[in-house]
Amino acid sequence: MIDKTVKNAQEAVADIPSNCMLMMGGFGLSGIPENCISAILELDIDNLTIVSNNAGVDDFGIGLLLKKRMVKKMISSYVGENAEFERQLLSGELEVDLIPQGTLAERVRAGGAGIPAFFTPAGVGTEVAEGKESREFDGKTYLLESWLKADFSIVKAWKGDTAGNLIFKGTARNFNPLMATAGRICIAEVEELVPAGELDPNQIHTPGIYVQRIFQGVNYEKRIEQRTISR
Amino acid sequence: MLTKEQIAQRIAKEVKTGQYINLGIGIPTLVANYIPQNLDVVLQSENGLLGIGPFPTDDNVDPDLINAGKQTITLAKGSALFNSAESFAMIRGGHVHLTILGAMEVSENGDIANWKIPGKMVKGMGGAMDLVASADNIIVAMQHCSKSGESKLLPECSLPITGVKCVKKIVSDLAVMEISPDGGFILKERAPGVSVEEIQSKTAGKLIIEGDIPEMIFD
Repeated sequence: MIDKTVKNAQEAVADIPSNCMLMMGGFGLSGIPENCISAILELDIDNLTIVSNNAGVDDFGIGLLLKKRMVKKMISSYVGENAEFERQLLSGELEVDLIPQGTLAERVRAGGAGIPAFFTPAGVGTEVAEGKESREFDGKTYLLESWLKADFSIVKAWKGDTAGNLIFKGTARNFNPLMATAGRICIAEVEELVPAGELDPNQIHTPGIYVQRIFQGVNYEKRIEQRTISR
Repeated sequence: MLTKEQIAQRIAKEVKTGQYINLGIGIPTLVANYIPQNLDVVLQSENGLLGIGPFPTDDNVDPDLINAGKQTITLAKGSALFNSAESFAMIRGGHVHLTILGAMEVSENGDIANWKIPGKMVKGMGGAMDLVASADNIIVAMQHCSKSGESKLLPECSLPITGVKCVKKIVSDLAVMEISPDGGFILKERAPGVSVEEIQSKTAGKLIIEGDIPEMIFD
């Protein structure tokens, strides 16, 4: 069994350079790689392109990287909870590619699966279709969308083992398993790291082949955006 | 005029047993509160869940369980979790029967705009473009007019659209309308106390009025 463990977030992200493309798992603030984001904040790099469904909030998640002006471009589907993001975007300081969420997920999946492009109905007749090839299948129009791949993908799982196998919890799974497959180097931070052999192979969501570095994270805040309670 | 809760309550009457349903953010989320207990339905959350349960109690909150609006939720009995690609595979693949979402504008041919106001608001489309391009049945929950009183039911959308010719039914604070296959808002029901004339005057797109238009009935 190949041991993928690194000591901590600092070691895991140390060689991420400026001008590279990063993928980050998470939906809203759920399932984001908190430890790696904190460690990247300490690096002296900028001009990053980040693929992530959302852009965090002003003072947490990817929002922290935006505030420090480390990000050149975001590729996302929804960025509604981040005022600093919206300000940088409207003022032209930040580039953004907004793409339909299902298209984003599938482009990442395709990148990891060696499928260079696919047709999807999402965005037909809208701004999203501009400049894209379209084709009719069974009387309905579809857009050609291409794969997405990154230099590094950074994911957060619930449990992992030293071989890089990952298990996610709840809706914190979201984009994480997809992004794990589409980074040239995938860094996984997990709440609980166990020796290879201790996780039930039947329960693995992401096989270790996709993961190059793994470590047990610390001090998870798991911030909640909309704490909503039954009455 | 209907409150947001009443719009949700009226839309809930469209739900049928056996349906898998995706509820958008805002008023659509409220629809869940009004689906009759005796109906067997499954709510889909685009971030990777079939079977959204009620909101949690205070000591039952789990940050790893949220809906598409980032609200904390619980798992319903028999729920299933999956990744985002799987989630949109079931949406695009036509496995979700009913989509309920909000709109800033709807046109008389069923186009919907709800993701962008150029130069002002850029939030992104999230899953809305995938949903409207795929679902067979799309119901829109919206206010009939903007805060400044301008109709949001238009001959053509003025804002960047989310999808073309996809809306089937609209429940606004004033009326229930269906989109005619030939274009136009077919008036089906009025909100209690709202006249056909008022709805007509607040609908910029073509309003089709056939026969007597009943008031909505609330249980």
